[in-house]
Amino acid sequence: MTLHLQFDYDSLRKAVLKEQLGALGLAYTLVNASEIKFKKELSNSEKEQVAKALGKYGIEIAVSPEDGLVERIKDAITAFLNDSKRTRKDNISTYLSNTLHYSYAYLSGIFSEKTHSSIENLLILKKIDQVKHFIIHKNLTLTEIAYQLHYSSVAHLSAQFKKTTGLTPSAFQRIIKKRKEKVQTTTLP
Amino acid sequence: MTLHIMNIALADDDADDRMLFEEAIEEIEIETQLSLFKDGKQLMDYLLASPTALPEIVFLDLNMPIKNGMQCLKEIRMHDSLRELCVAIYSTSSSEQDIEETFVHGANIYINKPNSFEELKKAIEKVLRLNWQYHTSVLDRDNFLLRI
Repeated sequence: MTLHLQFDYDSLRKAVLKEQLGALGLAYTLVNASEIKFKKELSNSEKEQVAKALGKYGIEIAVSPEDGLVERIKDAITAFLNDSKRTRKDNISTYLSNTLHYSYAYLSGIFSEKTHSSIENLLILKKIDQVKHFIIHKNLTLTEIAYQLHYSSVAHLSAQFKKTTGLTPSAFQRIIKKRKEKVQTTTLP
Repeated sequence: MTLHIMNIALADDDADDRMLFEEAIEEIEIETQLSLFKDGKQLMDYLLASPTALPEIVFLDLNMPIKNGMQCLKEIRMHDSLRELCVAIYSTSSSEQDIEETFVHGANIYINKPNSFEELKKAIEKVLRLNWQYHTSVLDRDNFLLRI
């Protein structure tokens, strides 16, 4: 015998997503027919799991070429900051154009268009993130931090920190310390 | 992670302040969806009712009836589903003690309510641009502190 099937693609899509993403334990909401929003940031391995789970049904995660390039720029900025030897030799524009094989002007234009920010700005944010990490986790003076993160002087580091966060490094340190004390006192039995 | 529209919530009991905030945000080029609340209780009810569609950032006035900004902040940081929310305190107080107190209790951003519309627009824009980076780039959100 022959049966004729009628597919309701909307229900189908919802059912597949619910089954597959539910199995991965990821909370999400449907924004529209092609967009889903996850409750939290996904790690790279989670993104791969999602791509694999949906790939079985012929569903692909769409990445526009520009978005892909923006992600590669971000990865390259991270690599630039983590590679201490190279940081001394090249500046960020030379490094990015050598690594990604596009002119810096082109990269910079795409990045600003897509991220509401600039490459220089993200570089500063990432450096300040490193400074914060050093302040919190390593018992180093600002002078030592400035040296390790290639700031020309402590004054430059302090000024950039204040400009980016609105706080001095010592105010930041005090707040984080008090937060930790608060957590300890509230979790004691 | 890409982000297209930033969802924003504001709790402020002053109708004029809410209106100014709304106008300022409409003039900023970042695409946003704003939800307004008249007091802290309304905001908390909303946040707890929609754990899968949380805003990317919450602006909290400190002095509000029924439930004030500090109470909201403390509740947000105690709730598992809300712990990761980016919270911006939006207040007229410029006392150093108040400011530090909100940071210690988990606020990410402290904004002194500016006196002019242009300054307000600038402050909100700075916050949104920075928050965008924290949502789309690998940055440590636990240590996200900003004072304007």
